[in-house]
Amino acid sequence: MRIECKQVRSTLVVKLSGEFDMMIADKLRREIDSRLESKQITNLIINLEKVTFIDSSGLGVIIGRYKKISSQKGHMYIVGASASVEKILTFSGINKLIPIYKNEQDIINI
Amino acid sequence: MAMNIRNYMRIEFPSLPENVSFARASVGAFAAQLDCTLEEIEEVKLVVSEAVSNCIIHAYDNRSNEKIMVMASIGLERELEILVEDTGKGIADISQAMEPTYSSDETRMGMGFTFMKSFMDNVEVRSIVGEGTSVTLRRTFLYHDKEALA
Repeated sequence: MRIECKQVRSTLVVKLSGEFDMMIADKLRREIDSRLESKQITNLIINLEKVTFIDSSGLGVIIGRYKKISSQKGHMYIVGASASVEKILTFSGINKLIPIYKNEQDIINI
Repeated sequence: MAMNIRNYMRIEFPSLPENVSFARASVGAFAAQLDCTLEEIEEVKLVVSEAVSNCIIHAYDNRSNEKIMVMASIGLERELEILVEDTGKGIADISQAMEPTYSSDETRMGMGFTFMKSFMDNVEVRSIVGEGTSVTLRRTFLYHDKEALA
């Protein structure tokens, strides 16, 4: 699993690749939280384009960051989920809390 | 459920986080013998991931030097049975542990058993406090020609 972060104005874009399970969950949680605390970030985009697998550990990281972001009145989006990953996101109900878009450009266009 | 076993596998590994993917990939590759769809294999991998993660996080409180055993067998009637066993702290209230909880543990979503129950036909949990837990997951896969006719 690889984690790439970039900041675009007040938005943190986190691009993940590989399998999103407990192996990476803690590291990713720390990585995102330290950036949320130290920088002027209000919004978060999680790019799952290259994620091939997700389980509860991955969903836990996403829902935890959603709670943080929404408590600070920010917005969070998920982009690029494959059909199998989107199935799990939908099954968990995360899609009712966090909008899912095809790609980052779609969010910029709204 | 009495099952006539056609093939089986058994693996044992320490409770290291990297072994979660090893376990689901192994059982996924084994289940591929059932000639099921990729989507079904993904579901099998997910439930194994959940069961093995439970062992590491809950049974062993994230200690990495404990033992986890995973066994899978395939029956003559396209049944798959997966057994995940630990010798950890055990579960005092199994029905409570199996309820979907969204916030009990920030590290996960509390959906492990929900996924297991949804993607498998049957989930059986046996546990003795202080001795360990075993989770048995069963699913019978349809024949694809039957699915096509359905």
